[in-house]
Amino acid sequence: MLRGLWRLTWLEIKIFVREPLGVFGTVGVPVLLFLVVSRLLGNRAPRATAGAPGVVADLPVVIAMIVAVGAVLSLVAIMAIYREGGILKRLRATPLRPHTILTAHVLVKLLFSALTLTAMALAGRRLYPAGVDAPWLSFAAAVLFSTACILSLGFVIASVVPTARFAQPLGAMILYPMLGLSGLFVPIEALPPAAQLVARALPLTYAVSLQRGIWRGESWASHAGEVLVLALVFGACVGLSARVFRWE
Amino acid sequence: MRERSHPNGRVSQSVQSPVTLEPVIRVHALRKTYGRTVAVDGVSFEVHQGEIFGLIGPNGAGKTTTMECVEGLRAPDSGAITVLGLDPVRDVRALQERIGVQLQEAQLQKRITVREAVELWASLYRSPVDGDRLLEQLGLTEKRDAWFMTLSGGQKQRLLIALALINDPEVVFLDEPTTGLDPQARRAIWELVRGIRARGKSVFLTTHLMEEAERLCDRVAIIDRGRLVDIGTPAELVRRHCPVATVVVVTDHAAALAAFEAMPGVASVTQAGRTFTIRGEAAGLVTQVIRCLAEHHVPVHDVRTEHPTLEDVFLELTGHAMRD
Repeated sequence: MLRGLWRLTWLEIKIFVREPLGVFGTVGVPVLLFLVVSRLLGNRAPRATAGAPGVVADLPVVIAMIVAVGAVLSLVAIMAIYREGGILKRLRATPLRPHTILTAHVLVKLLFSALTLTAMALAGRRLYPAGVDAPWLSFAAAVLFSTACILSLGFVIASVVPTARFAQPLGAMILYPMLGLSGLFVPIEALPPAAQLVARALPLTYAVSLQRGIWRGESWASHAGEVLVLALVFGACVGLSARVFRWE
Repeated sequence: MRERSHPNGRVSQSVQSPVTLEPVIRVHALRKTYGRTVAVDGVSFEVHQGEIFGLIGPNGAGKTTTMECVEGLRAPDSGAITVLGLDPVRDVRALQERIGVQLQEAQLQKRITVREAVELWASLYRSPVDGDRLLEQLGLTEKRDAWFMTLSGGQKQRLLIALALINDPEVVFLDEPTTGLDPQARRAIWELVRGIRARGKSVFLTTHLMEEAERLCDRVAIIDRGRLVDIGTPAELVRRHCPVATVVVVTDHAAALAAFEAMPGVASVTQAGRTFTIRGEAAGLVTQVIRCLAEHHVPVHDVRTEHPTLEDVFLELTGHAMRD
């Protein structure tokens, strides 16, 4: 079923790297932004960490989520460009399956998300020594797992979005509200009751909760619920995208 | 004298080659609609082994839809299709190993190199041919490391055809293989397609260029507004539908008009100054005119023959020109 996956993935990595601006936008810009913002907040950061358990304390989670959403938007855009440009159409007439193509792109996105986050972690080590004893490996696993699940939402959008012009706004319209309600910026408990209900129905909420818990040193067992929800979302999205995938 | 070449040599060639009983492609009463638009309406034809078969007609006639149904890329609404004994919808996986396709308006990734594309495609099939040899055959060796986006139109098309040949297919589908190419690149593609036939493979192509169909195809099917209008060798179609040839003679000879009108088989003679246009049965008209000129000792400034082409056949059959 996944014939050609590794070759295609490796090829798409090479093709991605050949567009320097794209690489800079994906890896360079977030890292630069992170460094600039850190410097601006530099003096206040320790106090904020001590005071509110808000954005700054969970900075790695915020960054991981923003990178994940960026990866989804980029996945959706690439598939739309491939569809519009007739590349998918040509691939269709080969033994390649839609999932092989999508999986290859997801792997590329995961790889570059990981690179971005690693670069930030290395940069952040110097700026926020407090995070040094955080459960890095466990957190990395949580980020990778939830990013893969969030990307599966992109699977579905990418399967149907017809044109590149439409792809970015549509992806943003779906993902940004999810991100806003995910408890990342405003605690779920502080939302109005109706919004809380919506938030609990959204997969990103579980990704945030899982990552935040693991980052704070809680056990995976205490977050089994989130893992289960995200795994179900992943399975459902993969299944759905197989049904609705459009080649042209 | 202006010459027109007719592909008679090719017709006899395909007769000589061993004809298998079962056609490689059989399409019966194919129908495909998009919403209320009927794209293909009851089309039937067969493609034999070792021939170049052309589906010709204007843009929007239903050529691509027909071809994509045969390739298994679209499911027909009704009708029966067999390719190499397989059902293109049901057996699409088995079929993909045995056919090669070049699709209209298909592209590759902008920054994929020629070599990478060939290697990727080769990795997808069970028994691919040697990629380097293929690139050499298609004159792309020098462009091996070039990105797809930097190739010229002709080079892109040659690469897309190379990808269609990577699995050593028994039937090759080419959808508008030379559209948008300059005459030189077009000729290069024609040579390539003849090369595919020379290796014993069958070629099914579409084109809206009548000259291309006439020079390249062993047999053509004319399709217009989703319906198949007629099918045969280019020469047969011309004979069948446009049996009238034209000979233009430029002479000052006073008795020319009367002499021409007296010839048997002549339908009409019109005179414009010293230019006489003679129309009549294509078979033998040229011989008649030359004999007549010799007998009456008519001094001529110029003689031109104008044979009808597939373009004329199309106009005759459909009542409208190819390029609307």
